[in-house]
Amino acid sequence: MGGLSARADRRGVVPRTREVIAERVDRVADGVVSLVLVTPDGSPFQPWEPGAHIDVHLGGQYVRQYSLCSSPKDLSHLRVAVLDVPGSRGGSRWIHRNVRPGDTLEISEPRNNFPVRDSRKYLFLAGGIGITPIIPMIERAAEAGRDWRLVYGGRSRAGMAFAERLVDEYGDRVDIVAEDERGRMDLAGVLAMPRAHMLVYACGPGGMLSAVEELCMGWPPGSLHTERFAATALGPGSVAEPFEVELARSGKTVSVPTDRTILEAVEDVGVRVLSSCRQGLCGTCETPVVSGEPEHRDAVLTQDDQDTGATMMICVSRAAAGCGRLVLDL
Amino acid sequence: MTIAPAEGVVTLPDDPFSPANIAEPYPMLTRLREAGPVTWLEKCGAYAVAGFEEVYEVLTDFETYCSSGGLGPRDIRQDAGWRPPSILESDPPIHTVMRRALTGVINPATVRPLRERFTGPAEEIADELVARREFDVVKDLAEKYPLRVFPDAVGIPQEGRENLLPYGNMVFNAFGPQNEIFDLAFAHADEHSAAILRNCARENLDDTGFGARVWDRVRDGLITAEQAALLVRALLSAGVDTTVFGIGNTLACLARTPRAWAALREDPSLAKFAVDEALRLESPFQKFHRTTTAPGVLGGVRIPAGAKVLLFIGAANRDPRKWGANADTYDLDRQASGHVAFGMGLHQCVGQPIARLEIELVLKALAARVDTIELAGEPVPLTHNVLRGFASLPVRVTPRS
Repeated sequence: MGGLSARADRRGVVPRTREVIAERVDRVADGVVSLVLVTPDGSPFQPWEPGAHIDVHLGGQYVRQYSLCSSPKDLSHLRVAVLDVPGSRGGSRWIHRNVRPGDTLEISEPRNNFPVRDSRKYLFLAGGIGITPIIPMIERAAEAGRDWRLVYGGRSRAGMAFAERLVDEYGDRVDIVAEDERGRMDLAGVLAMPRAHMLVYACGPGGMLSAVEELCMGWPPGSLHTERFAATALGPGSVAEPFEVELARSGKTVSVPTDRTILEAVEDVGVRVLSSCRQGLCGTCETPVVSGEPEHRDAVLTQDDQDTGATMMICVSRAAAGCGRLVLDL
Repeated sequence: MTIAPAEGVVTLPDDPFSPANIAEPYPMLTRLREAGPVTWLEKCGAYAVAGFEEVYEVLTDFETYCSSGGLGPRDIRQDAGWRPPSILESDPPIHTVMRRALTGVINPATVRPLRERFTGPAEEIADELVARREFDVVKDLAEKYPLRVFPDAVGIPQEGRENLLPYGNMVFNAFGPQNEIFDLAFAHADEHSAAILRNCARENLDDTGFGARVWDRVRDGLITAEQAALLVRALLSAGVDTTVFGIGNTLACLARTPRAWAALREDPSLAKFAVDEALRLESPFQKFHRTTTAPGVLGGVRIPAGAKVLLFIGAANRDPRKWGANADTYDLDRQASGHVAFGMGLHQCVGQPIARLEIELVLKALAARVDTIELAGEPVPLTHNVLRGFASLPVRVTPRS
């Protein structure tokens, strides 16, 4: 098959990319387009599981991750939905401006950082475009006859992709909370009462997920599963503290000022690290930590991995408060 | 007991709280497991659940098998308990608020910095013990180390710490019947309770420990002052005895399994696996009750509403259907994760990262200094209603050359 290219990353894994055709480009809500992607020869895609995403390589400039929101049972196409974020770093804007039906795009095979565990009950929480990975999860739960509920929040109904379709298909199980009609999602109310055997899957902006994380501390350990659709923006707390990074293998030490990432600082001194999204979403720049305590800001590592602190995504993660020096295996 | 079992349930005469079954629980636990997924214990007036699958089901279905009835044989909602209910004895939504407060204070991120603080004392004690060649694991190590590091981490004053072990002894024994063991534990109950509760007050806690952080949640508006005091009390009662027993039981396993000790000595990074496997095989918290909120079916057996269910953690963690034919042996290569020694679900132990850290550090300190460890006498099992451990565990060690 033409269009396959390969490039080994630092762990020796070869991420495969392939060319696909944007068969349809539809506006599905204010500021949101849906891309239906097919293979050039009409062959089916590899099987994937709910929660999976693809990397989309955009015009040789950007690589962005988008959750799949088509049905994993229908491998004839993949669908992603892209929110045009004004003032973003350009990936979504590029798609909105440039991708037209019939265009060719380069994508990775589906990968899954947000897999769904089987359980008897589910509570799905979606904020804005965070609905995308949830859609195949709902399909799976509904088919398996599981008890589930979706609370889907957004600023206004017009901007909430797939809201109408979800209500049509699933009725009462779907609770659409448009801020201009009902105010914000009442997360405290929704999460006040833990239910036995109920897992919580949440995707949305950082602020929403932080609130969900805090509220779920009263739930059984392991109940909550989240995916941030954008890595936590560097907050004011972090920009206050510069720190040093010692590169154990190359014997160099670099300072990471408040306005640079570790990755940028490392590249500045000529040490090469393979990276892709530079947003803490793809896992390509994963780096072993020899010593020091990272503050993880990625959306890739599991909570356990983050707790262990053996590796970190140096494109977004930094040294923890009070840890002035990280030693990395670079 | 006037309560009759549901129809068709196998009735057993065993008394899990008899001194013989406490000293050597495993033959009885095997009988319970093999008699059926749920059996009726005549002497207890409770349903016994001893298989891994069923124990797991009860632990995770906190709606059907509630905790607010208490972890003991009496329903503390009808028959007031001996103290205000703790987080262990609560259900959502009250539990949810308290759990949030506690999880916000004790979690892997807040426990990680303790590693450094807890290492020195472990090494000091190990130095001293290895120099002696023979010592009692329980008195000289297991009871010493947690008391040296944990109360400081919570931030309680020095004064009154002698009440911690006797108080924990009361709390856990009260999860069993009011027998002689219970009476003995409660001989000076008021004195111990008062001393512990004094230590839980904000003004008696230092500003840096977990206790003060719990009280911060009152300021945040999450919990009441009374709840804060009860949460600090929960830390003190749940965080000492269990760890003492965990250390003793782990070393008992290793002293009896020279091959496992040799492997640990060669590769101290195995310590955390050694801990997990010991917690599975000799689970410190062996059994406690739940109360049913509705009639239901467990393992094909009907259980009515309002019944007491006695959960045998120690049996579940040795269930051959889950752990294989060698479930009764200490196997350092086993994948022991998934055991229910810390519970499971809503009430899973919040302090588990601290307990694991303490036991791991003790093992690492010893592994660095000890070539061989063996029993220097017969271990003396402790007579305790629900905890499994030793009153004495004499060992002999040879130092590493």
